[in-house]
Amino acid sequence: MQGFASEFSAAVALIFEGDSELWAIVLLSLKVSVFAVLISALIGMPVGAALAVARFPGRRMLIVLMNALMGFPPVVVGLLVYLMLSRSGPLGVLELLYTPTAMIIAQVVLVTPIVAALTRQVVEMLAEEYSEQLRSLGVSRLASVPVLLWDARLALVTALLAGFGRAIAEVGAVIIVGGNINHVTRVMTTTIALETSKGNLALALALGAILIGIAIAVNAMVSAVSLRAEQEGLRHA
Amino acid sequence: MRDLLGDMVSCLKVEDLQIRSKGKALLDVRSLVLDGPGPTLILGPNGAGKSLLLRCLHGLISPDRGQVIQDGKLLGAEQKARQAMVFQQPVLLRRSVASNLDFVLKRQGLGRPARRARIAELLTEGGLDGKARQPARSLSGGEAQRLAILRALALEPETLFLDEPTSALDPGATQVIERMVLRASSRGVRIVMVTHDIGQARRLASDVVMMQGGHVVEHGAAKQVLDAPESDASHRYLAGGLVT
Repeated sequence: MQGFASEFSAAVALIFEGDSELWAIVLLSLKVSVFAVLISALIGMPVGAALAVARFPGRRMLIVLMNALMGFPPVVVGLLVYLMLSRSGPLGVLELLYTPTAMIIAQVVLVTPIVAALTRQVVEMLAEEYSEQLRSLGVSRLASVPVLLWDARLALVTALLAGFGRAIAEVGAVIIVGGNINHVTRVMTTTIALETSKGNLALALALGAILIGIAIAVNAMVSAVSLRAEQEGLRHA
Repeated sequence: MRDLLGDMVSCLKVEDLQIRSKGKALLDVRSLVLDGPGPTLILGPNGAGKSLLLRCLHGLISPDRGQVIQDGKLLGAEQKARQAMVFQQPVLLRRSVASNLDFVLKRQGLGRPARRARIAELLTEGGLDGKARQPARSLSGGEAQRLAILRALALEPETLFLDEPTSALDPGATQVIERMVLRASSRGVRIVMVTHDIGQARRLASDVVMMQGGHVVEHGAAKQVLDAPESDASHRYLAGGLVT
């Protein structure tokens, strides 16, 4: 019990004394996840919106596949990205393995289906409501996509925050493609795993507390955005 | 004024229009010509095909047979662009009141200063001054419907379709909407409006189309159809009898 208390107080000291190693890890984690979510938004939102408004054979199957990809095991994603980026893989020439870029790629693969699936769901419901009105105003199906994305913006922020939550808490994929290299690819989750196994509980606890803090902040933002949407009558789900 | 406008108001014709579902004709209109100078009101019981006819006239639904002709031309993209429609439940974009109007004006290619001036003009016309920045979804029912009408008018349509725009409104809000409709009509916009309110038909209509079971059972001058209907169905509907 005394050991735990001392580790805990050491963790608190690491956080509040501005330990440079700890904050470098936190910064890299945030950088990787924010980039991954931004790229996922650029890919996932138009894809989700297009699936919501377009009608073509095989659409239903694509939606099922996209929903299934939301639950894709991170270690499998890590393995696939590893195979793509390894020296003998198709993208090996880019020499991205064990770099933050590789970690961003793995997180993009994990987060894009979440963003796309949630976008599809939100936009499809909105499209149902807007369909006749937009056609009446002379807006084509394709031109309706940016209109729907903009009008669903608050719900989409929630989708992005959900994606960020998944990315920042991810460990399996990033440890495989990042390699957990000190000062290069070491992020919060991978450091917690490593330092716990080494018995360095103070650093692991400090990072764990920050990670929990980020998770709470993200959830608080999701709640605030949802509340605002409801108050303004902007939510339709 | 109305007579002078008669030649200017666009003319709508329906020829042998039919929509079928599961072997049953939901809409079967052999011939209908809307070329009078004032508002046309479509009356009839639920399921009579009023809203379906309106959607066909506006090109939102393609009929299984027949055609809609506007000013001598088959209804196509060019004709649809000269029409606008207001729905029973106003569908407002999740934006501010001004942005709802700006959305339409921007699509018409107007520059920012022209759009701003036109938005101010429209808001005054609809009595929504001071609400430009308010989220459109927070408007009251009557205000929301007024905004929907203003947005439709921002398209400067030759024909304006209204599908029971006042069905959920109180008498005061209804009166404001009716004034807006009459003003648009006096400016030469062809008004085609569905209603269940016989009093409203008396107040607004220049001509009345009575529908039942997907058919037009009577069409004529408002006074004649409302005061001395020729068909039994019209007679029973206007007398408040159950018509199915």
